[in-house]
Amino acid sequence: MSTQVPHAEQGIFQKYFWSTDHKIIAMQYLFTGMAMGLIGGYLAYVFRMQLAFPGHSVPGFGIVTPGEYNTVVTMHGSIMIFWVAMPVLIAAFGNFLIPLMIGCDDMAFPRINRLSYQIFLLSAVVLVASFLVKGGAFGGAWTSYPPLSASGAYNLTPLGASLWLVAVALEFVAFLLGGVNFIVTAMNSRAPGMTMYDIPMVVWMIVLASIMFMASVGPLIAGAVMLLFDQTLKTGFYDPARGGDPLLWQHLFWFFGHPEVYVVLLPAIGIVAELLTVFARKKLFGYKTILYTTWATVIISFLVWAHHQFVAGIDPRMANIFSVTTLLVSVPITEMVFLYIATLYGGSIRFHTPMLWAVAFVAEFMIGGVTGIFLGASGTDIYLHDTYFVIAHFHYTFVPIAIFSVFGGLTYWYPKMFGRMLNDTLGKVHFWGTAIPFNLIFIPLFITGAAGDQRRTYNYALFAEQSRPVLQHLRMFATFGLLVMLLFQLVFLFNFFWSLRHGRRAEANPWMANTLEWTVPSPPPHGNFAKLPTVYRGPYEYGVPGRIDDYWPQDVPN
Amino acid sequence: MSTRPISNTRSVTGIPSARLITWWVIASEIVIFGGLLATYVMHNLGHPEWRAAAMHTNTWLGALNTFVLLTSSLSAVLAFKAADTLDGAKAAKFLRLTALGGTIFLVIKGIEWTREIHEGFVLSSGGFWSFYYVLTGLHGLHVLAGMIILLVVAADAAKNRELQRVECIGLYWHFVDIVWIFLFPLLYIAR
Repeated sequence: MSTQVPHAEQGIFQKYFWSTDHKIIAMQYLFTGMAMGLIGGYLAYVFRMQLAFPGHSVPGFGIVTPGEYNTVVTMHGSIMIFWVAMPVLIAAFGNFLIPLMIGCDDMAFPRINRLSYQIFLLSAVVLVASFLVKGGAFGGAWTSYPPLSASGAYNLTPLGASLWLVAVALEFVAFLLGGVNFIVTAMNSRAPGMTMYDIPMVVWMIVLASIMFMASVGPLIAGAVMLLFDQTLKTGFYDPARGGDPLLWQHLFWFFGHPEVYVVLLPAIGIVAELLTVFARKKLFGYKTILYTTWATVIISFLVWAHHQFVAGIDPRMANIFSVTTLLVSVPITEMVFLYIATLYGGSIRFHTPMLWAVAFVAEFMIGGVTGIFLGASGTDIYLHDTYFVIAHFHYTFVPIAIFSVFGGLTYWYPKMFGRMLNDTLGKVHFWGTAIPFNLIFIPLFITGAAGDQRRTYNYALFAEQSRPVLQHLRMFATFGLLVMLLFQLVFLFNFFWSLRHGRRAEANPWMANTLEWTVPSPPPHGNFAKLPTVYRGPYEYGVPGRIDDYWPQDVPN
Repeated sequence: MSTRPISNTRSVTGIPSARLITWWVIASEIVIFGGLLATYVMHNLGHPEWRAAAMHTNTWLGALNTFVLLTSSLSAVLAFKAADTLDGAKAAKFLRLTALGGTIFLVIKGIEWTREIHEGFVLSSGGFWSFYYVLTGLHGLHVLAGMIILLVVAADAAKNRELQRVECIGLYWHFVDIVWIFLFPLLYIAR
């Protein structure tokens, strides 16, 4: 049975902007996410320069006013989470990988898929456009706490605040549409023979992340509409003077916001599972255990949200309960990390660029996890809350998730996506030029945070109790780390675009991997499989004793 | 209609993909309405004075609307039954009847809103009214969306096309109905 539809001639617009092909939609998400990532990186550059050299003109931006500073930090956070991590990790990889890895020709509902990207693009346009309105883009922090966010008189960006809410709500709708499609496709459209335990880990993880997103975001969508009404129609949902409750927003936001951390973490550890097995030439250690620990993580992560609110005036007895659940959620994650290390143990490890990223992900994420324990325990959190310690902890989890695993996945699947190999040497230069400066940025920030530096402070010198001139060299050091890291991204961009035309042509299976996407030509044709595959075994049969080849593709009969 | 991809026609779980995705959409809607309703209930418990505001909602019109919506769900079931026997024309008739029920519901809701606004109770008239308008407004939007989909599905069904969609829109319509079953006692009866 051939699925190759005879190639109707399509115009550029039809092919690249109105396509229902999951691979094209994946590319749309990928490139939109990368473009937003450049904006997010630029914003980080602006505020780090302001913190290192307060009051000096920032090259490429100018003098940073206090209001602009608020806008820049708010938008950096919002963009990197909602318009970079989500579209790239879930939508781009999910769209590209799910149909290929489960052996079918497209998503179950291709037109819903297209609609999902179009709504996402609209949300990105609304967000970027909000930079141009009167007062500038939203400056009330990416968490958007009322009453600051509810009143234009407080946040000084009345239009930007409303546009931010509209953009975020649209983005949620886009990912709900994409998510139900992912879930149904993985449940219903798998190749004959592919049981639940033959599904590659990354597909499991993206689907679980979609379920998690769906189960957590609903109340916040309603909450966002309520906040929008508070801003524009004079309701008082979050206004204590009018019977409302500002803490309500915090509950709604973090009931989504904490699971959201795992929504982006799961695809990342899924990608890393694929990379570790392929480049260690070893079976994934404890496939089912990883799956069960993931389920445990999914469930517990819904019970931890109030650890973001230890200083918000919640009942201390409640804080105790949330401390316990927060420390509990690290148990399944820790187990997962051990299983990944066990996967490496005794493998024939090949340090190609993707593997460097995968191993660095595990190492750096552990630092993020361990420092989280100080913040999950309410006693220490009361001191560390809203300091740079939180920032550093967060980035030690999020940069491995949204940067390391993404680069790992991109360098690994690049040949499949574009039909050419990336340059491995440039890839390694880029890896070390990113991984080392990353630590140079955030290790100093652990120290300044522990010393008491508050986040979201425009200029420490303006506050006597915050000044601490002795810490200024650390703040500058972190900024230099960022500059180096940003410069090395040029290496990646060069490698990425140069290799599109000049890279070595990739054969179907350059990494000798087992999963189904490597059984089709690179890049896969429209319809993916000339003959739809049948699956005979799990995805991680590497180095099976008694076989000549050290890999055993899923679709090869016994 | 473009040709369906193979992925759309496979059914590993045994549940057709169209029905499966409808259930997942309903699941995501349950979380949206669930969060909002839970918020309302928690706040209502903390604000005894909201009971006085709730006295102004018209229980009789609310009850009438409950009756209208429940009846329209019946015709949605009859449409599904007709589609099951591949009688597209009959299914279309019942689907349009269901949409008519939705229209009557919205007209009655509009009359209620008009009366309340004339009495001076608007979105910003205090906590109860803010929640009242957001909850009924969000539900009303779902009724409206459901009616549009009902009519689109009916147009196809009349030509005996895409009959599997009759069941899906029926499921969704029941869900919208059930949300109202929660809203009616919370906003009209619990005072």
